[in-house]
Order: sequence, then structure tokens, then C-alpha cells
Amino acid sequence: MSLPRTACEIRAAVAARQVSAVEVCRDAVRRIRDTNASLNAFLQIEEDRALARAAELDREPPPNAPLLGVPIAVKDNICTSGIRTTAASRVLEGYVPPYSAAVIERLEAAGAVIVGKTNCDEFAMGSSTEHSAFGPTRNPWDRERTPGGSSGGSAVAVAAGMVPLALGSDTGGSIRQPAALCGVLGLKPTYGRVSRYGLIAFGSSLDQIGPFGATAGDVAAVLAAIAGHDSRDSTSAQTAVPDYGARLDGDLSGVRVGVPRALITDGVEAGVRARFEEGLRELTAAGASLVDVELPHAGLAIPVYYLVANAEASSNLARFDGVRYGTRGSNGSVSDMYEQTRGRFGAEVKRRIMIGTFVLSAGYFDAYYVKAQKVRALIRKDYAAAFERVDAVAVPTTPTPAFKLGEKTDDPLQMYLSDVFTAAANLAGLPAVSVPCGLSSGLPVGLQLTGRPFEEEGLLRAADALLRRSPMPRPADSL
Amino acid sequence: MAEILTRADVERIAALARLQIAEDEIDRFAQQLTAILAYADQVQRVDTSGVAPISPSAADTVWRDDRLAPSLDRDRLLEQAPAADPAAGLFKVPRVLGS
Repeated sequence: MSLPRTACEIRAAVAARQVSAVEVCRDAVRRIRDTNASLNAFLQIEEDRALARAAELDREPPPNAPLLGVPIAVKDNICTSGIRTTAASRVLEGYVPPYSAAVIERLEAAGAVIVGKTNCDEFAMGSSTEHSAFGPTRNPWDRERTPGGSSGGSAVAVAAGMVPLALGSDTGGSIRQPAALCGVLGLKPTYGRVSRYGLIAFGSSLDQIGPFGATAGDVAAVLAAIAGHDSRDSTSAQTAVPDYGARLDGDLSGVRVGVPRALITDGVEAGVRARFEEGLRELTAAGASLVDVELPHAGLAIPVYYLVANAEASSNLARFDGVRYGTRGSNGSVSDMYEQTRGRFGAEVKRRIMIGTFVLSAGYFDAYYVKAQKVRALIRKDYAAAFERVDAVAVPTTPTPAFKLGEKTDDPLQMYLSDVFTAAANLAGLPAVSVPCGLSSGLPVGLQLTGRPFEEEGLLRAADALLRRSPMPRPADSL
Repeated sequence: MAEILTRADVERIAALARLQIAEDEIDRFAQQLTAILAYADQVQRVDTSGVAPISPSAADTVWRDDRLAPSLDRDRLLEQAPAADPAAGLFKVPRVLGS
């Protein structure tokens, strides 16, 4: 008998005792072991712990568990009590958190089974997963290409069929960009929707945890499980959590989708543009109407993002000093300890800490940091104005499909530009989803929809309508 | 007004951030950081007169009741330290005074 594959099917089958959580878990671990050597999506496979947890769920299934027996992979910058968490950095090599992130507690309460920790760019800083200290993750559609990043391992775990669901984090596009490049759904929730407690901080005013999945129903189920107020994150919102999966019926009648044509410039590859236009036509076929909108400042998202995010990163990463956790570089003087411990950061993390330190330093603070926060306010205003006329804004998630490994590692600016369409949602605190939208020369393309604060439900309805009309194929050799 | 960062600038910033960088990284970082700042300089062209920067205000302060609650276990926290004296409940660092 073949096992159910989507999270919703797994939950139903386990709840009805048609399959056991242990069978589902064994199957997921087998798939992971079969392909991880070539993809390097997982840094840590937690077979024993996952099977023990699944057996416990089979013995005593908690009532109304919305993710009962569903295997899930978790990005390695999310703390898991008793499970090594490195954020793909040498600085945290061997770190075993003494507590779990709020999202982990919630997933476990929902009956999910955590099967392992996924690879990412070091401290989530990058767009290709090549800045991991533990080797790059490869794209299952073409192993010579990157999966995007920083949550590349989580995107690949779902795209290659290793697990139905994964969690990532998104500071400037780190869920949506790899989701697009790997052909899966990826959602960045509204800032404050999901608790950041236990997420290793990068840019605290931008970071959000969110899900990857193959179907809108699955993404809706995991979002409902992890969303909601948490007193341990003071930016976590009190807003009620709706039933995100209640109206996934393919009908978009009355939905107005804004298209900021001026942003979709020559930098967008022809194949991506063609798939995007087809995606827009599918949205209208489902009942949506298209409206031209202008976001005059959104084109500045990348420069604003790299000033704000790096400023925040430089102070967040000050905690890695060799004293309380992780590794220590030297026991010489205190200065040696600090400098040699932090000397173990990779080049990209060092660049960002230095940019952040510079823009926060005396004489430059107003010109760079304050100026960037003013332009950020204008970007936020642009979206607020657009949302008076439309319900969602559509752009291609990325200007190109997956690029080759090594292609951009020596040119940080070129790497940054792969997030040109994603960073604005973080700066404005808005929810955004990347929906698979066909292939260009055999590589996945994503269509991004951004919505009003706390209107994830509408984004998932649109994602569902698109996937019903044009289902996304799996990579040829997926399991 | 784009800044051109020199080797000395890179060394000064790295010292401020307590980052050890290798001799052969300095020139590369100087060139890359200069390019990144030149790109970021686009923000200077935007007229932001009268625009308030996004920043947390006092109104955003979230209050909670001051109640006793369990905190993380000290021994488990100290287990993760590169050097500690669990019996005394202390992290250990290199000598700071009198060295």
C-alpha cells in the first residue's frame, strides 16, 4: 500500500488508524537517507528521536491534533531542545539548545514529528545556501544549481519529496526565494503573526518564521498551528488566528490583484516573465481582476534592506562572543577570545557585520541608517496606498530561475539582487507567498503575492486556485 | 557621497566589531564593502523631507505583569558554555583584571 503524501492526507490516515505515525516516519527517514548525500538538505537527521515520538503518538494520539503524525523538517536556525542547532555556522558548531523555539512547542503540541534540521546560509545570511559552513545544498531540479536561500535545505526537503512540510525563516526573502527556485509553496507571514522566540535572531524587525509545503492546504494547516500570540516575543501580535484552510475552493471572484508593471523591468528573464503572465491569466480565469498599481519606492527595497538588516545583524550577532555558548576561539586575553571566536564567522557574515557596524557608527548613522528607515516608511506607505485599491500585489518571486553553484559567490551584490522582489514585504511587515508557476527551461518559476497585514488566508486561497489550475510537477528524480 | 573604504577603514571597523580578519581578506573586504555602500547610496536620492523614520516608539512598548515564573535551568545552560564552573554556577573567561 502506498503511503499518503500530503500533510492533510497523512493526518487523516493516521487519525483514522489506516497507517501508523511510525510507518509514515520510517518512510520519510528512508527518503531523506536516500537522497541527502547528493542534495545536502539536512544537517541533522533525528531518526531515533522521531521514531520514538511517532510511536508515542501511535500509542496515545492527542485529540484534535491538526498535524498528527506529519513529518516536518526545521531550518537549523530554529532552536530545538536537545537537538543540535548550528545556524550552519562554525561558531555554533555542537550547540545543543536547552530550550525549544515557540514554533517547535506548537508543532509538537499539534502532533507533528520533527525529523531533522535543514541546511541554510550561515545565520540565514545569503540567497543560495552556499554560505553554509557545512557545504551547499543542491537543487533537485538540477544538482549543479543552487536551491536559493537562505532556507535552501527546507525548500529542497519539500521539493525532493523527503517531507511534506518544512519550516524556514524569512528576513528578506529567505523562504519565498528558495520556494520559487525549488518549485514549492513558501509563505512569509505578517510580522508578528508567528512568535520569534527561539529563532536565532538576524534582523529582528524583519525576521519571521514560516512554512514550506506542496499544497495550500498543508501550508494553511502548519500556519494555523504555529501562529498566535506568545508573551515571550514582545512583537508577537494578539490578532486572532483564523482557519486558514476553510475556503480553499479555487474561486477568486471579486479578488483584485495589483500588478506593479514598472517594477518588472528588463532584469526579469524572458521565461520568468512568460510564466508570470500565464500565472496572472490563471488568476483572472479563477475570477480575479487585474489592476495596475504603482509602488514608487519598492524598487529601493534592496539598498534599504541591506542597510537596515545589516545594522540589526551587527548588534544581534554581538552575542556570539565565546562565553556562553558555541565555540571559543582562544583562551589568551579576553580580546583574543572575542576576536578569534568571531573570526570563525564566514566571509558573508563578516561582511554584513562590518556593513552594519559602519552604518551605525558615529558620523554615518543619520546618512545611512536613519535615511534607510525613512525610505522604509515610504515603501510601507506605497503598499498601504495600493491596498486601498487591490487585495494582493503580484510580481515574479525572483528575476531568474535557479542559478549555478558558484556563479554569484564572489559577487555579493549580484547575490543580493536575487531578492529584489522579496525584501519589500519584510520592510513593510506584510505577508507574502511564493506559488509555483511552471518551468522556464526546465527550472521552476515562482509567482509572489503580497497581502494586507494578517490576510494570509486570502494569499493561500489565491495560491490554492493557481495550483488547482496548473499543478506543479515534481523534479524528475524525486521520490 | 559614496564612501570609499580603505584598508585602514576595514581594519578599524573589524576592530570595532571584534572580528579577526585575515591579512589577505582586507583588500577584498575593502573593495566589496565599498561596492555595497555605493549601491546602498541610492537611498540618498530619495526626498524624505518630513518623513519620520520607522523606529519603535514608546507607544509600541508592550507591558506584562511582573510575575514569578521558572527560568531556564542553570546547569543545562552552563553545559553549553565553552568553559564553566558548574559547581560555582559560573561561566569562565580569560583573566580580565591584573593581567
